Amino acid sequence: MRDEATFRVKSGLAEMLKGGVIMDVVTAEQAKIAEDAGACAVMALERVPADIRRDGGVARMSDPQMIAEIQEAVTIPVMAKARIGHFVEARVLEAIEVDYIDESEVLTPADEANHIDKWEFKVPFVCGATNIGEALRRIGEGAAMIRSKGEAGTGDIVEAVRHMRRITGEIKALAALSEAELPTAAKEHGAPLEIVREVAVNAKLPVVLFCAGGIATPADAALMMALGAEGVFVGSGIFKSEDPATRAKAIVEATTHWQDPARVAAASRGLGGAMVSLENSKLRPEEQLASRGW
Amino acid sequence: MVGAPLIGVLAIQGDFEAHGKVLRRLGAEVREVRTVADLEGLDGLVIPGGESTAITLGIEREGLVEPLRRAIGDGLPVLGSCAGLIMLDREHLGVMDILADRNAFGRQIRSFEADLRVSGVEGPPVRAVFIRAPWIAEHGEAVEVLAEVDGHAVAARQGDMIAVAFHNELTGDDRVHGLLLEAVGRRIEGYAPVSDFSDNTR
Repeated sequence: MRDEATFRVKSGLAEMLKGGVIMDVVTAEQAKIAEDAGACAVMALERVPADIRRDGGVARMSDPQMIAEIQEAVTIPVMAKARIGHFVEARVLEAIEVDYIDESEVLTPADEANHIDKWEFKVPFVCGATNIGEALRRIGEGAAMIRSKGEAGTGDIVEAVRHMRRITGEIKALAALSEAELPTAAKEHGAPLEIVREVAVNAKLPVVLFCAGGIATPADAALMMALGAEGVFVGSGIFKSEDPATRAKAIVEATTHWQDPARVAAASRGLGGAMVSLENSKLRPEEQLASRGW
Repeated sequence: MVGAPLIGVLAIQGDFEAHGKVLRRLGAEVREVRTVADLEGLDGLVIPGGESTAITLGIEREGLVEPLRRAIGDGLPVLGSCAGLIMLDREHLGVMDILADRNAFGRQIRSFEADLRVSGVEGPPVRAVFIRAPWIAEHGEAVEVLAEVDGHAVAARQGDMIAVAFHNELTGDDRVHGLLLEAVGRRIEGYAPVSDFSDNTR
């Protein structure tokens, strides 16, 4: 008897991605470069966040043809993004058998009230979060992996740090509460009590926690690992830099050896220019992607 | 009385932490292995699941290919799970006489769990979690197949090298790790591993 799509099978793939780097790619060639640099998965999308910011307009799910070409080009897992609440985009991605769906604030939200009911899908979902309440609401909806949101397409690490510190800090705070205090904490976080209780007992999320949004250098990746990320997503940081293949390898190396500054230093040498960056504090509120979703 | 055995867990990428937890639960000391120096003095080794391409590249980058071949070739007991099975095969470290077929069961949507009889594991079946898992497409005569799914070998043993296509570290059932510790125990005079590898899955 085989049981497919159990939560253990869905969250299990995220367990296998730990300690690794998931890279945004827009073509099969980029996917191959990412795989050859040691990426543990790729995220197929039409435009990296930096270009979505530059070009504006509605950002949607990628062309299935482009995703299929990437699936043909590499053997590592291929993820793809659906708009928040756009369950038909998610069904399309499931039909073409992507390995993980990212219900992502980087794309323009399709539903201002509801996220996708992720329990209904066989393919697992990863979702972004800026705090513990958001993370646990997504898990309550069936997400099998969480990433801190950061601020995509900026190359500014400050929001990634803010979100990761907030999530891990709130986990510690929950773990310090007594059973009697948990219902009120669940109410304040707007999160399902059962999952709040699980976090309080284990002092960790019930799924893998990666970070995203603003990682541009090997030191950025090592910083996020030191702050409690179990792996990193790098979006524009690689293929918007001067020498993507070298930088991709360097970020992979720093993610494995984040505890060893000498190795992070060695990985950081001679990488050429980083992506063109935007300072988060100079963004107008409507330009901040992290506030999408709730 | 002999101290706890020191088991290395290859920590290039993947779910090495989960294996460390199981091994500590069974009374072993655990060392994460990222460099050649970390191999010194190990009594056993686990190569965990993860992305086999990322782990292969990492092993090459760290100069670990030859040291791992030598250590395992010299008899260091080893357990490879999923990507770890692939690392042990003819086309990677080349220490086991097996040929892995990567992602043989298909993409993530075909990942599954099932009850599996594993030869050498006493008691109820093992709850085996297969995630984008390989199977063993070919093997030599020195290899004993321990379990099959749909006629495909998914667990095998060659001396003190054990390879499983599934994740035994995600279920709380420590009996497959017990096979590794038994092999380790045979090499350490006076050491007897914990005999009760409890099945916590139900």
